[in-house]
Amino acid sequence: MTDDTPQKVRFYQTGTHTVGNRLMDEAARTVQASPDRSNAITSGHRACQGCGEALGARYALDAAMRASGGRMVAVNATGCLEVFTTPSPESSWQIAWLHSVFGNAPAVATGVAAAMRMRGKTDVRVVAQGGDGGTTDIGFGCLSGMFERNDDVLYICYDNEAYMNTGVQRSSATPPAARTATTQAIGPHPGNIFGTGKNMPRIAMAHNIPYVATASVADLHDLEAKVTRAMSIGGARYIHIFVPCPLGWGSASHDTVKLARLAVESGLFPLFEAEHGEVTAVKKIRHQVPVEDYLRPQGRFRHLFREGHEDRPTIEAIQRMADANIRRYGLVEEDAA
Amino acid sequence: MNDHTLPFAITLDPGSSKQNHTGSWRSERPVYVDRLPPCNHQCPAGENIQGWLYHAESGDYAEAWRALMRDNPMPAVMGRVCYHTCETACNRGKLDEAVSIHSVERFLGDYAVEHGLTPPVDAPPSGKRVLVIGAGPSGLSAAYHLTRLGHAVTIREAGPMAGGMMRFGIPKYRLPREVLDAEIARILAMGVTLELNTKVEDIEAAFAEGFDAVFTAVGAHLAKRTEIPAHAAGRILDAVTLLQQVEMGEAPQLGRRVIVYGGGNTAMDVARTVRRMGADEAMIVYRRSRKEMPAHEFEAAEAEEEGVLIHWLRTIKGIEGADFTVEKMVVDADGRPQPTGETEVLEADTLVLALGQDVDTTFLTRVEGVQIAKDGVVSVDAHMMTGRPGLFAGGDMVPAERTVTVAIGHGKKAARNIDAWLRGGVADPAPKQELAAFENLNTWYYDDAPRSVQAQLSLIRRQSSFDEVVEGLTEETAQYEARRCMSCGNCFECDNCFGVCPDNAVIKLGPGNRFKIDYDYCKGCGICVAECPCGAIRMEPEVD
Ligand SMILES: Cc1cc2nc3c(=O)[nH]c(=O)nc-3n(C[C@H](O)[C@H](O)[C@H](O)COP(=O)(O)OP(=O)(O)OC[C@H]3O[C@@H](n4cnc5c(N)ncnc54)[C@H](O)[C@@H]3O)c2cc1C
Ligand SMILES: Cc1ncc(C[n+]2csc(CCOP(=O)(O)OP(=O)(O)O)c2C)c(N)n1
Ligand code: SF4
Ligand code: SF4
Ligand SMILES: [Mg+2]
Repeated sequence: MTDDTPQKVRFYQTGTHTVGNRLMDEAARTVQASPDRSNAITSGHRACQGCGEALGARYALDAAMRASGGRMVAVNATGCLEVFTTPSPESSWQIAWLHSVFGNAPAVATGVAAAMRMRGKTDVRVVAQGGDGGTTDIGFGCLSGMFERNDDVLYICYDNEAYMNTGVQRSSATPPAARTATTQAIGPHPGNIFGTGKNMPRIAMAHNIPYVATASVADLHDLEAKVTRAMSIGGARYIHIFVPCPLGWGSASHDTVKLARLAVESGLFPLFEAEHGEVTAVKKIRHQVPVEDYLRPQGRFRHLFREGHEDRPTIEAIQRMADANIRRYGLVEEDAA
Repeated sequence: MNDHTLPFAITLDPGSSKQNHTGSWRSERPVYVDRLPPCNHQCPAGENIQGWLYHAESGDYAEAWRALMRDNPMPAVMGRVCYHTCETACNRGKLDEAVSIHSVERFLGDYAVEHGLTPPVDAPPSGKRVLVIGAGPSGLSAAYHLTRLGHAVTIREAGPMAGGMMRFGIPKYRLPREVLDAEIARILAMGVTLELNTKVEDIEAAFAEGFDAVFTAVGAHLAKRTEIPAHAAGRILDAVTLLQQVEMGEAPQLGRRVIVYGGGNTAMDVARTVRRMGADEAMIVYRRSRKEMPAHEFEAAEAEEEGVLIHWLRTIKGIEGADFTVEKMVVDADGRPQPTGETEVLEADTLVLALGQDVDTTFLTRVEGVQIAKDGVVSVDAHMMTGRPGLFAGGDMVPAERTVTVAIGHGKKAARNIDAWLRGGVADPAPKQELAAFENLNTWYYDDAPRSVQAQLSLIRRQSSFDEVVEGLTEETAQYEARRCMSCGNCFECDNCFGVCPDNAVIKLGPGNRFKIDYDYCKGCGICVAECPCGAIRMEPEVD
């Protein structure tokens, strides 16, 4: 996607992995590299130190703002993103923003899009957003309807793999073995169970909507390219962004981007794009790592690594999930394997 | 607070969240730092390698060369003959392969010669006169730096040409003379007076002549000898004399088979030179093994490629005409060679001794205060000054490694100390920053980029001509290679910190001005520190 820069001498110093750089063509730099970015969420918000969701939302919405020339409305389901930005009467939003309730953001967004159409403001784009709980559980029906009707909305899910705002309860996006307030690390199979949960990007693909993508706060160029692409298409679109949560995951605040990167590099969170139900592009793993590298720094998986009692069977089961992703999406370069 | 005027359950005034100074949550703060890159730390000439690579990365070769010239007046020479220990220290070596610093340096040096670039003289004339004894790399470097500092410099050189061992030691196939001549001429053109064929015998007389300070860098030119019982031996020469004769076009006939005795860089250069002069058999006899030889591995490898045969673990016991009796040795646990009593015979027409050189200190023994250290080298203090106030020394004649780079570094250091001394003070170099360790980097951000390779002359021509063996880089490759530098420990404006802050608490100050932290909103999460590729941010405890 970003590999063929038009420069004579390739930008080898950091490739295009950094946010910007003086040696990179202006066009190849990210929106985030620009001092003129909209900062959809401004400073002073109440997200925890190192919040991946605050970061992911700014990344996505700033890119969407640039793509729409600022003509954009965002609808937000209840969840951390809404609560930490907007404790009334104060707000961090620097864009047109509207709070729905927990379960109906897709329906409200459909309504906003219809209203704009009625008023002839066809250039105004609509983005809806919510957490994994709001998306995969309580908002699921509304979202499926929005997809099925192919409403002109880009829906973004910020997946931190649990209901964080109310105290880290399990959602249908919580991974197996993870400890949450409702899946304690006790008993013969500590943490969340295997074999349940929903794969929302694939469910979205099953609706045959024009565009589905996964993205990560660890790969900004890729994330911005996907948001920009989504904004260039009409109809129902879905982007699922992986956003680590230091509080809910029991991880160090400085490890947010690192964990997101390890999720991608281990194969646990594949990065891909799909159009009309078919996978069209896959981001290859650059430096493959075992899932252990990703799991070990997180408190929610601590019970897998108890001194002298490492839970190898569970770690291996999670590795098999990563391996299955690698096979399914072809995440590892053939000749590197 | 205004809670009496606010509605129920509302604790803040209406408006932007910016009134909420989340910086108060912080227990640690990110701070921008400049760390010392390991390449710079290692360079014996004290170059700011990262600093000049920075300009080469954007294609500003003139500026890169000027930055290089602040420390080293001979980049074209240096890029060819320096043993580049900087590359052993380079952090990129732990990722894939070290940056080929020397080849970029050579490119910049050649670029400057080609474009006629000249260095500025920064300081106004000081009115002071300094004598430099010896026009080797150390003397030339001192003259250059002293001139830039405003002093009037005269070099007195015993030989017929300037350059020292760069001309009379290092052969042409490694250092073409046009390159050497161009860089020497540029130093002289700055206003340095060079008096050739002028051997200095009396230091005090020079002071009496009116020089305010003297820097001596006469090198080490007395060939070491060894006792070998010889009957009707053929020709025995010493390496340095032979190389000098070759340079002057006065080389003697050597015969078909030549033995070079020794395992240092001089032995390798002599054997390779002998090969080029037409000897069918150029042999090296060395008493220890490859592992212990003082020559660099690449020097031995290049010699062998050219057909030089190295007899490891051998000492010469006796010579009978063309028969050389050599004894096999073994290396003991301390790396010392031990005799085995087993011998064999090699045949040769000429023996060249390459056993190292001593310093000729006779002209200094008369100078009051000057101390001669063990190994016959001259003692200097931390400011490069001998026991005679105002008399400084450097290069091969003082205790240190004997390389062109060390000699050039000594010239610079001596010049700065002479300048301070002449102005009645003491040179006070800036304190060294903490080292930019590999562990400080986040190397995920650097793309895979294999090191560029310098092409070499064909083997046939390497065995028959003195043409330069190693070729230079093209502009494109040089720029590519410069861009492999990771900028260890110093911000290169990649915008990562500006991007990854979840609180928009990093302020971008614009090109060349880097960034600053907005402590009103920085919560101290530390993502910027973790995601800075080059380790230019540090977390520090908050003190209140
Ligand atoms: C064969 C050979 C190959 C080498 N290859 C390399 C290499 O690849 N890389 C590297 O880094 N180093 C190499 N070296 C080492 C390097 O050349 C020396 O360390 C370096 O030249 C020392 O510099 P200098 O200025 O101290 O002395 P020199 O270069 O020896 O210069 C001293 C000068 O002082 C003059 N002089 C001496 N006495 C007097 C006097 N009384 N009055 C006036 N002038 C005087 C001499 O004529 C000479 O010109 C090599 C050495 C040899 C012998
Ligand atoms: C109908 C309803 N049920 C429950 C809640 C309480 N509630 C608010 S946010 C939230 C969890 C949000 O989780 P998620 O959507 O994953 O977002 P996150 O906070 O993790 O970003 C819950 C349960 C609510 N607001 N409305
Ligand atoms: S709980 Fe997690 S998602 Fe919510 S604000 Fe804190 S870090 Fe962000
Ligand atoms: S990568 Fe660059 S700054 Fe770092 S040690 Fe190597 S040359 Fe020096
Ligand atoms: Mg959630």
